[in-house]
This record gives sequence, structure tokens and C-alpha cells, in this order.
Amino acid sequence: MATTSSTLLDARAMLRTLRRMADEIVELNGGTEGLVLIGIQRRGVPLAERLCTIIGERENVTIPTGALDITLYRDDLQTVGPRPVVGPTRLPWELEGRHVVIVDDVLYTGRTVRAALDELADFGRPARIALAVLVDRGGRELPIHPDVVGRSVDVLRGDHVDVYVEELDGRDAVVLKRRAEEQ
Amino acid sequence: MTSPIGKDLLALEPLTGDQIRLILDTAEPFKEISERAIKKVPTLRGKTIVNLFFESSTRTRISFEFAEKRLSADTVNVAASGSSVQKGETLVDTARNLEAMRIDMVVIRHGSSGAAKFLADRIESNVINAGDGTHEHPTQGLLDLLTLRDHLGDLAGRKVCICGDVLHSRVARSNLWGLKKLGVEVGVCGPRSLLPNAIESLGVTVFDHIEEAIEWADALNILRLQLERMHAGYIPSLREYNRIFGVTSARLEKAPRDLLILHPGPMNRGVEIDSDVADGPHSLILNQVTNGVAVRMAVLYLLAGGNAQLAEAAKGQGER
Repeated sequence: MATTSSTLLDARAMLRTLRRMADEIVELNGGTEGLVLIGIQRRGVPLAERLCTIIGERENVTIPTGALDITLYRDDLQTVGPRPVVGPTRLPWELEGRHVVIVDDVLYTGRTVRAALDELADFGRPARIALAVLVDRGGRELPIHPDVVGRSVDVLRGDHVDVYVEELDGRDAVVLKRRAEEQ
Repeated sequence: MTSPIGKDLLALEPLTGDQIRLILDTAEPFKEISERAIKKVPTLRGKTIVNLFFESSTRTRISFEFAEKRLSADTVNVAASGSSVQKGETLVDTARNLEAMRIDMVVIRHGSSGAAKFLADRIESNVINAGDGTHEHPTQGLLDLLTLRDHLGDLAGRKVCICGDVLHSRVARSNLWGLKKLGVEVGVCGPRSLLPNAIESLGVTVFDHIEEAIEWADALNILRLQLERMHAGYIPSLREYNRIFGVTSARLEKAPRDLLILHPGPMNRGVEIDSDVADGPHSLILNQVTNGVAVRMAVLYLLAGGNAQLAEAAKGQGER
């Protein structure tokens, strides 16, 4: 089937979006005190690291960052089967009393975030958990809402929103792939 | 849909190199879970697993139990003594009764070779072989491979010698198949009375002297010499066995490289392995035990996901 693809964000637009997200995260948190950014494997991890770098440069602080693999907390082992566990969970500091921001590339059904919340609860009790996503594509199946959004798009169920990051894919871009309408 | 490694894990012989690598790669992230403050993930919540041990076992049973519990499965341990097995119930009746209570998996250790397959052919639940007679002990083979891989990287082209009572050892068989499928050159070393006839036909190098094996190998997997073998006339005496085949630091010092030392346990210190080797800097014996939990978690995880009926349908949705 033919697909059409359109670029939602190119590299420059993505950088601008991340800068704005970084500002919003600091604003939301009322500063950088106790702030921790945790990326969801895989593409959330480099995005969280970049947001940390941007915040660090602007506020002249070092923000700790971590990584979360939620594969073992998924609710679809029975329906989808085992998936490769792609990356390590790295949370090298206490979460008690911290302001945690979960970072992911695309927010869709909300099930990944649900799993991430469950996993975080096993590591400690942060004072607050917020959610920052580069793209919100709608289609939620759970009562989950992002606090910081890079770009909102209305897409159909069969569409794909693909995020490419320099660290893993060699380029920065957000691309919408839509199946061509049959005439 | 069956899991990428099939319905059951009965042996390493029928698996491909890719399937073995998949299990080892899956085990990698599971290591970290055992280092957490809360050593538990909810992956197998609601699954019921029966550990059916017809032979005594400490390490393997506890390792399976930890693996199951760290994945949040519910577990029941059944030992042959104190169960209806003592009243003469057959293996398959025991298993069918358990299955009637709606279990999901059985981990079985049994004194008869083929017992795990016999069971797997007759029940719906996933079956994991935790050692059957002198046939195989696949999870031990896998944890040995994982431990070797941790220290050697890619195993292809490496040389591993299995030392001791190969004839009666299910650990030796699982190691042999697993190592060969990953491209390792395999040697065996032991008294001829404890090596299977025509073992050369499996493509292994036979060493009659432990000194030659030490000179050749990158790693030694030293098997337990079961003391009852002496009474059965396979070897003249334990002292003589130690003098000729024992792995001692004096012998290891002559090796051209530092050898990694593995042993599936329980050890007979001073028989097949000397204490200063077992506790020495190149001994991986406790690493093996640690890796055992991770490998068993990986196997449980891969098999448990295999019953997915809706797998193909769900895949198309590209959910997040």
C-alpha cells in the first residue's frame, strides 16, 4: 500500500521545540531544584539527555538524567508476546522527594506511561511526576495527560509518527507516514 | 503462536545458535533487576508455576524460585518425598492433576532421561527441564554460556574443555550442544571409563591428560565427580582421581594463559578441583550462580509470552 510521508519537524524545528520544552519544564517545576529527567527507552533517553543539556546551559546547573525500560511492565505480554528488552533501566539516585519528568518521543495510547509510572513506584516515591513528550498524537486509551508537549498532531489510527534522533538514527526529524486514501 | 524458543525448554540440542543467543541477550537486562532495592517486576503476574523436583536440588530449585518470584509469578514447590508420588502416582497423573488446577508452567527435575519431554508431550503447560537423568540440564548450559560470554565476549573460536565425569553428566551434554552451536571448540578430559564411547564423533577433542587440556583451553568447566562412581568401579579412588585429573593451582600455573574456571556445583574440594583454584581470581563459580537467576528469568519470560493468541492482530496496530 502506498504511503505518503510529511515532515512535521526538521532538525532545526526539533531543536527549537526542545528548547521551548526545556523552558517549560523549568517553569513547571518552578526552577531546577530536585529536578530529574528520565527518558523511556529507546528514543526518550537521548531526548531526556538533550533536554538536560539545554536546561544545564541556560540555568548553569547539572540536571541528573536516567533511563527506564518498561518492557517488563507492559500489559500486553499475553497478546503481543515477548519483546526484546531493549535497554537498561538506569536510575542511579534516590527518587525520594524529587521532581521527576518522564520524557518520551511519542505519546499515543498512554500505556507506556502507565507502565513507566508503575516501574518508578518500585524505585521510590518522588514528590511529583510530570510527563514531557516531543509529539502528542492523541488516541489515548488511559486517563493520562502530558504536561509539556513539543508538538500536537491529529492523526488517524493507521498513521505512523516516526521520531528520528541523531544519536540512534543519524538525523533529527519527526515524520508522519499516512496511508494513501484508496480512490 | 509459540514463543521464539518454542513451547518448552527441554534441551539445547534442538535449539539453533540464534535461539540460544536470543535467550542470552534477553538474560542481559534481567541481571540488573536482581541488583535493585525492590527485586521484582510485574511481568508474570498471575502466572502459576509448579516446581516439580523428583530429585534433590538446592541451587537449581532456589534459583528457579527466585527467578519466578522476581517476575511476580505464583509458585508452588512439589518434592517427590512427601507427595502422592510416594503413594505410587505416575508422573503424568501428577502433572495432569496439577494442570487441572490451572497452572501455566512446570519446571521439572527427574532422574530419568526424557522425563521432561514425556511430560511436555502430554500437557498444555510450558515445561522447563531442570535436569533429566543423564540427558540435559539446559538452563545450566545457558548460564555457563552467559558466564563465559561475560568474560570472553564473542565465543566463536574459543576453546572450552569439559573435565571429569562426562558420561553421567547432563550438564556436560547441555554445555557441549550449547558451546558447539555458538561456534566454540569443545574438548573433554577425564578417565576413559567416564567418557562416553565414540564421543569424538560429536566433533570434540579428547584429552587423556589434564595438563594437555589446560594448555589447550581458554576455560575449563569442571564437573562434579559423584562419589558413588568410585563404588561402582569407574575410578580406583578419589585420591588417585585428584592426582591425575584434579585441577590444581600448580597445574594452572603452567598454562600459557589465565584460564577461566567454571564448576556447576556442588563442588568436591580436593577431588576434581582444589580449594585455591575454586576460590582463586579466575574462578567464575559464583558468577555462574548469579547468572543462573537471570538466565532462568529470561527463559520464563520468553516462554510465558508464547501463548499469545492475538499476537499477529495486535502487532499491526503500532501501539505505544
